Amino acid sequence: MDMPVKKPKLGIKERYAFLTRDLGWEPTYQPKDKIYPYTRYEGIKIHDWDKWEDPFRLTMDAYWKYQAEKERKFYAIIDAHAQNNGHLNITDARYLTALKLFLQAISPGEYAAHKGFARIGREFEGVGTQVACQMQSLDEIRHAQTQIHAISNYNKYYNGFHAFAQQRDRIWYTSVPRSFFDDAMSGGPFEFITAIGFAFEYVLTNLLFVPFMSGAAYNGDMATVTFGFSAQSDEARHMTLGLECIKFMLEQDPDNLPIVQKWLDKWFWRGLRILTLVGAMMDYMLPKRVMSWKEAWQIYGVENGGALFRDLARYGVRVPKGWDIANESADHVSHQLMLGLYQWSFGTSFHAWIPSDEDMDWLSAKYPDTFDRYYRPRWDHIRKLAEAGTPYQNVGLAQLCNVCQLPAVFTEPGDPTRHSHRQTEHEGEIYHFCSDGCRDIFLDEPEKYVQSWLPMPQLFNAPNFGDVGKWMEWVGLVPGQDNGDYQGSQDQADFEAWKHQASAT
Amino acid sequence: MAVHAIGNYHFAPRDHAGIYGDHQIVYFCWDRHLLFAAPFILFVPGEMSLGEFLEERIKPMLAPDPDAGVLEWAEARWSNGPVAFTPDFNASLTANGIGHKGKIIMSTPGLNSLIPDS
Repeated sequence: MDMPVKKPKLGIKERYAFLTRDLGWEPTYQPKDKIYPYTRYEGIKIHDWDKWEDPFRLTMDAYWKYQAEKERKFYAIIDAHAQNNGHLNITDARYLTALKLFLQAISPGEYAAHKGFARIGREFEGVGTQVACQMQSLDEIRHAQTQIHAISNYNKYYNGFHAFAQQRDRIWYTSVPRSFFDDAMSGGPFEFITAIGFAFEYVLTNLLFVPFMSGAAYNGDMATVTFGFSAQSDEARHMTLGLECIKFMLEQDPDNLPIVQKWLDKWFWRGLRILTLVGAMMDYMLPKRVMSWKEAWQIYGVENGGALFRDLARYGVRVPKGWDIANESADHVSHQLMLGLYQWSFGTSFHAWIPSDEDMDWLSAKYPDTFDRYYRPRWDHIRKLAEAGTPYQNVGLAQLCNVCQLPAVFTEPGDPTRHSHRQTEHEGEIYHFCSDGCRDIFLDEPEKYVQSWLPMPQLFNAPNFGDVGKWMEWVGLVPGQDNGDYQGSQDQADFEAWKHQASAT
Repeated sequence: MAVHAIGNYHFAPRDHAGIYGDHQIVYFCWDRHLLFAAPFILFVPGEMSLGEFLEERIKPMLAPDPDAGVLEWAEARWSNGPVAFTPDFNASLTANGIGHKGKIIMSTPGLNSLIPDS
């Protein structure tokens, strides 16, 4: 009779092999290019998918375990936050403008990233890449969910949050991140991973994540801070996936370099433009500011980004086209956009306000070369108009850039006193852009960008035919509640009343 | 076809002239007047005269700027996108060469109260 022998446990290496690499197989009765029809049309050449190095070597069971732990902790904290009226701990309700912008502009992007990674997890051929993309897809939907859940408590007490899902498709400033993700998602799998995995989640990630999460911490928003901690280690995995994919493409074939460089140029520029929203948030929307956009750009863009591109130089990669313009623009874009958001605040699902004297002194100190010279005179004039009882509203609405879809607030490189005008004609129609960077993207693939659904020209089309009242209803904007100046808003009145009650004794 | 695609990729533009009938999108920018954060977008009949367009539609929007009170259309310089043109205020927008999605840029050198000279 044989003694029962306990089967030995799998070692880490074996476990990893069984649960990831060994899930793949060589097809025997269908050609590979029928199973993976999209890995060649972009021109990227891959000779050996097994050369892709999994940076984290995570198996699914380990993944589920770690993620479940994060979820338990996260929901315990936001439950406590909700049950204890944690919303009253924010510095003041002006901070919620940053949070509304986050929910409307960023959270839907997480969901889009989820769809995109699910798609490329199927479309890529290598098992290691497939598994990593599938995990990132799960991460991204978790981020969308946790953000929405964290912020949902504020929706119980404050305006502007309620229609974020329909606003993603319909309102004007949300088309900036929406078109960013639509552009990536309508590209092939290699462009998608370069755009989102590398340009956004590696090169530019700190310029999105750190400002919003630090902004939340500085302003007493425990719910969003908790989201940040919950997502942080996922982001570390995302960064390494993005970097690994770039290196993989560049190491597989030298012919990949010009394609990858073109994508770096394009997605650096599109990412830079989207970050204008973050710049305006950091400089204007936080009652307690963390640092200026210019400072953040210097650390995370110039220094960290510079080091990265020096590192990639051995592959023949150069800094993205537009790098120098980006550096110059860091002194200007936050002001340019915020002046716009203020004058169009009748059409935003968040409040804007005129910066106070203290705010403007901070801006002067952080922008010694530009604020007093170019931007304070406009804010002073706007304040004069408000004090005279004729607060400034620009019903002229805004020209939008056909590519980045931001209102064309940007000025000519080297001359901050003039708008930057760029246009081109394609098949008998004119298209307008905010910059050479955006125009070049159009010129490279015009068939794509003639499809841009620009919210302003489309306002005059079905279903609203230029009727702003109808448009407000269509986008879920409740006038007098969600929009306009923070001064005199229901959010302001409620927050001040509740805080007073909390310390009334 | 410049775009990389898995098949033929050619569609009508989303905001082409045909969608808007006898109306058109027109953009307007007052050079060096950045109180207006971006050029305006307007929706007008192509047959509207340039003079009426400026008086009825543009002038009210420019009023918040301190220079608006001394603005004279006839003294300004005009361009259609990058191309200078001599305006005929009595003729229609289209007769002035301003078609669908055309951009009128009006320049008033020396008049820029809120913006430094350079």
